[in-house]
Amino acid sequence: MSYNSDKYLKLSGLEPLIVTPETNFVNVGERTNVTGSRKFLRLIKEEKYNEALSVAREQVEGGAQIIDVNMDEGMLDGVYAMTKFLNLIAAEPDIARVPVMIDSSKWEIIEAGLKVIQGKGVVNSISLKEGEATFIHHAKLIKRYGAAVIVMAFDENGQADTYERRIEICKRSYDILVNQVGFPAEDIIFDPNIFPVATGMEEHKLNALDFFRATKWIRENLPYANISGGVSNVSFSFRGNDKVREAMHSAFLYHAIQNGMTMGIVNPEMLEIYDEIDPILLEHVEDVLLNRREDATERLLDLAESFKGDVKSNEKAIAEWRNDSVQERLTHSLVKGIDEFIEIDIEEARQLAKKPIEVIEINLMAGMNVVGDLFGSGKMFLPQVVKSARVMKKAVAYLLPYIEASKDGSTSSSAGKVLMATVKGDVHDIGKNIVSVVLACNNFEIIDLGVMVPPEKIIEVAVKENVDIIGLSGLITPSLDEMVYLAKEMDKLNIKIPVMIGGATTSRAHTAVKIAPEYKETVVHVNDASRAVTVATNLLQPDTKITYAKSLREEYDTLREGYLNRSREKNFLSIEEARKNKFKIDWNTFEPVKPNFIGTKRIEVELSELVDFIDWTPFFQSWELYGKFPAILTDEIVGEQATNLFEDAQKMLAQIVSEKWFTAKGILGIFPANTINDDDIEVSLPASSFQLLTLRQQSQKTVGAPNIALADFIAPKEIGKQDYIGCFCVSTGFGVDEKASEFEKQLDDYNSILVKALGDRLAEAFAEYLHLKVRKEIWGYASDEVLSNDELIKEQYKGIRPAPGYPACPDHLEKPTIWKLLNVEQEIGVKLTESMAMWPASSVSGYYFANPESKYFGLGKIKKDQLEDYAKRRNISVEQAEKWLSPNLAD
Amino acid sequence: MSKIQEEIKKRILVLDGAMGTMLQRYKFEEEDFRGERFKDFPHPLKGNNDLLSITQPEAVKSVHRAYFEAGADIVETNTFSGTTIGMADYYLEDLVYELNFQSAKIAREVADEFIDKPRFVAGSIGPTNRTASMSPDVNDPGFRAVNFDDLKIAYKQQVEALIDGGCDLLLVETIFDTLNAKAALFAIEEVKEERNIDIPVMVSGTITDASGRTLSGQTVEAFLISISHIPLLSVGFNCALGADQLKPYLKRLGNNTSLNVSAHPNAGLPNAFGQYDQTPEEMQQLIREYLQENLVNIIGGCCGTTPEHIKLIAEVAKEFKPRPV
Repeated sequence: MSYNSDKYLKLSGLEPLIVTPETNFVNVGERTNVTGSRKFLRLIKEEKYNEALSVAREQVEGGAQIIDVNMDEGMLDGVYAMTKFLNLIAAEPDIARVPVMIDSSKWEIIEAGLKVIQGKGVVNSISLKEGEATFIHHAKLIKRYGAAVIVMAFDENGQADTYERRIEICKRSYDILVNQVGFPAEDIIFDPNIFPVATGMEEHKLNALDFFRATKWIRENLPYANISGGVSNVSFSFRGNDKVREAMHSAFLYHAIQNGMTMGIVNPEMLEIYDEIDPILLEHVEDVLLNRREDATERLLDLAESFKGDVKSNEKAIAEWRNDSVQERLTHSLVKGIDEFIEIDIEEARQLAKKPIEVIEINLMAGMNVVGDLFGSGKMFLPQVVKSARVMKKAVAYLLPYIEASKDGSTSSSAGKVLMATVKGDVHDIGKNIVSVVLACNNFEIIDLGVMVPPEKIIEVAVKENVDIIGLSGLITPSLDEMVYLAKEMDKLNIKIPVMIGGATTSRAHTAVKIAPEYKETVVHVNDASRAVTVATNLLQPDTKITYAKSLREEYDTLREGYLNRSREKNFLSIEEARKNKFKIDWNTFEPVKPNFIGTKRIEVELSELVDFIDWTPFFQSWELYGKFPAILTDEIVGEQATNLFEDAQKMLAQIVSEKWFTAKGILGIFPANTINDDDIEVSLPASSFQLLTLRQQSQKTVGAPNIALADFIAPKEIGKQDYIGCFCVSTGFGVDEKASEFEKQLDDYNSILVKALGDRLAEAFAEYLHLKVRKEIWGYASDEVLSNDELIKEQYKGIRPAPGYPACPDHLEKPTIWKLLNVEQEIGVKLTESMAMWPASSVSGYYFANPESKYFGLGKIKKDQLEDYAKRRNISVEQAEKWLSPNLAD
Repeated sequence: MSKIQEEIKKRILVLDGAMGTMLQRYKFEEEDFRGERFKDFPHPLKGNNDLLSITQPEAVKSVHRAYFEAGADIVETNTFSGTTIGMADYYLEDLVYELNFQSAKIAREVADEFIDKPRFVAGSIGPTNRTASMSPDVNDPGFRAVNFDDLKIAYKQQVEALIDGGCDLLLVETIFDTLNAKAALFAIEEVKEERNIDIPVMVSGTITDASGRTLSGQTVEAFLISISHIPLLSVGFNCALGADQLKPYLKRLGNNTSLNVSAHPNAGLPNAFGQYDQTPEEMQQLIREYLQENLVNIIGGCCGTTPEHIKLIAEVAKEFKPRPV
């Protein structure tokens, strides 16, 4: 072997890493990844970079030869986090000695990483997913920055899941890289997709074998290319059975390496030594991996049972837990969320207790403490906890009459009284309800004021009830200002109740920068329900609450200063300059497609037609389960929970559809329109005209990138070509609230939350369904479009449907214009609140842009000059404009 | 294939020696550095050697001439600090293009005076005085005084001017932070692509001490891997060490690369007064050992070396065949 061959993959940190045929396998450390490690995510979010560095150090000390760094998380500034973390690594020679794998799905994060590593790292990953042009562009830059690259077996048609597709995509990628880009073949690392086996699905039988065969084919046919992959994927079906998983990982690796796999992401603790695998188990595992027998899966599943050790067959297990003590049975029911036996067990406990209240204070609390501990340590997930709460509520309801009857003046001691409210103008309450449930489970007394609660009411109830904590929630951006307003009011009244802030648009940064300075008492942002209990407990703990409040205050002060310093550094263009750099479309060659229909039109649809249009990923997000659907169902950590939740959702969805729980109503309009004065869209109706106002990106872009406004996608009037725009509003919300309150009456928060979440999903599905109809029939500009549901979700169609209040047009004041254009309220009954939220909540509204070059973008921050210009166009005062657009103002 | 790529196959090429050491012999004072053009410049300019290409071009030309006469095949332009980053210390950022262009132009003029054998001008691209992968503040290890984009922009301007001025090749040298060098290489690739030209590039790192690593901590092999992503004429080491201290690292470099190898060591280590006192004869002997062991394809001198050193090095280089690549 020559160390000197030019054709080996050579990487470097402070020291070299050369992958030769003698290198058995390169082990990539996976813990410095915010998508894979909750701990790492927390450390990065809290800017605890020193601790984050020790995660990296442990990896290297534990034998990782490369460390994978991933900062892809919605709430993180990925570019900042990647740059900062890699810069810090560079100062730690014991970490920096190994090469870095820059892992992101966002090019700007990858590029930021490439700009700060002095060694030769690996980009993870690029693919043909977005077409050849992007692929080539990125590959060329990666080469110029000096890195190797992982190429996913993914193309414009999706991820490769057969042997043929794998080799076809890898071959095509390889040829482009080597022949067109001049990329060194040895710097190409293919990831031919490791998928689970033994799932029971016929089409998964060949998953491992296809990977091995593709690996072998690549090594034989694509000279010098390497192979990588995430190994733990293969054993997802055996979650909870580490013995089988460990055996499967090593057998998989053994064969993969035999076939030429060179590196991969492996958890060394989940790896049995190949030679030490029980020979019978090995044979069964290999039967599955290599698909050696028709009944391989069944045989392995049977055998797997005997390796579980602690878990017996189901009936036996049930019988056994029913034999335990009453306390153990109650705890079991609570932890598992089983309500079947709860009343029997409670009755038994009641007879044993001195007073009925003791059953709650002693027995049930003991069980809920176990739930709390498991949840706190990440061993239980939110849907499970909500089910536990359902059991708890049933138990309490059973006991109440007995407690009333034996009332002797003593009451249950509560951990504290928490007022919960979704602020004025906002109707979203799924998150708030989840937090309420979790707090209630932990013995907090909850006063839930519901949605659209005016500040006066919150203050009045808080004072009257003498609550210990106020919890505020909101989803739409104007809610952020409501929270600021409320904080100011409470401060004026000298109220001294700590405030917890939560909800999708809220953030630690917003809380620190905008809310905390307005209120002398503690304000704390709670980013997920699992933290609510800890935060609430800390706020009220008599011996620590003062230090906790002080440390929060200091933390937010630091964050605020840091934030203000950082935001000052961003460069902006004046609005005139930004307009000059608008998104350019060649209007001379562009001919707008004349719509088949002009005017407004009501749309009715059966719920059953919408089911296929549901995008499930956000559904799981609303339950704080993060991951892409359907991969989330087999996710190592949350897969089991996600699967259970998904089953429950499917059951309820079937009922929603067959029993017509909700009504779907929609309206759309398509009108002649042209852009005027750069940023406005003039909509012509037969007897009048309206103007839609768009906002333009103002932050300074890299050379060549435009400053976009939605108006750029419509032909300007001066061109003299008639263009068109569409608007719509759809709702599946009629009936949702009624169903939710029915469930609440039955003390079933789980189903109450579930029904709302499904309502939201159906509304989005309706929007997607209607958009398709608009593209193919009503407008008809893409009548020949053929896309799968997956592609729809990935928005691979032509034209966009941006919604006011979302990143491309954060201006909620566009909604009243849409309402007027379509006469929405009279036609379908969807109303706007004073904060411009839609009621019922499960509704979606927006515009249609048909231009094939139109695309989604984020407005980002804008400057004062555009704000003033906008106020003039909107004919409102600058102060009013400031209030509506405040989340997007740069200063 | 460019002329130099043909020549390097035929023989061991000789690079020039120190520019700074030679210019010191003129004992230029503040007013000499300023010349007529900068006589009213509000900031001190003494010590800005690169500026002499504009204010004392004849002195710079005569140094180039002396090295060519000594037998050098390649001279380096007087542009070691010629970026906006380096010139910021003198408030001369605006002069960067002209400075590089003039330096290349005068070196070209001198090279063209010699017609006996091909003579080449290498545009010298120094490391700048800032590092992209290290923090100057020990209390803030994540801080950077310069970033990749700043460096890339600065280097790109220098590269364009050097090429416009008539350089045959570019020499990214005295690399103590590989990330800086990667930014320079990135800039060079951009210029090559934009102008649709090819120009040979030499890369030369600096091993700072007996640890065998660059200042930014990379080993010889890691350094080599980190700069091998663009086509190079040669890779090598210069500065910081004398020929004898540098030798083990050159060996390691040569063992791991199929590129041409260059070396331009200092004239030994500095003495107690900061002067280099290795004689041309002593250095020649060390270089002879390099050649006997087949270590290099390009050989020259860095700090403390003079035309006398280069003359003896060129004589011994003639006796040997180039290192096989």
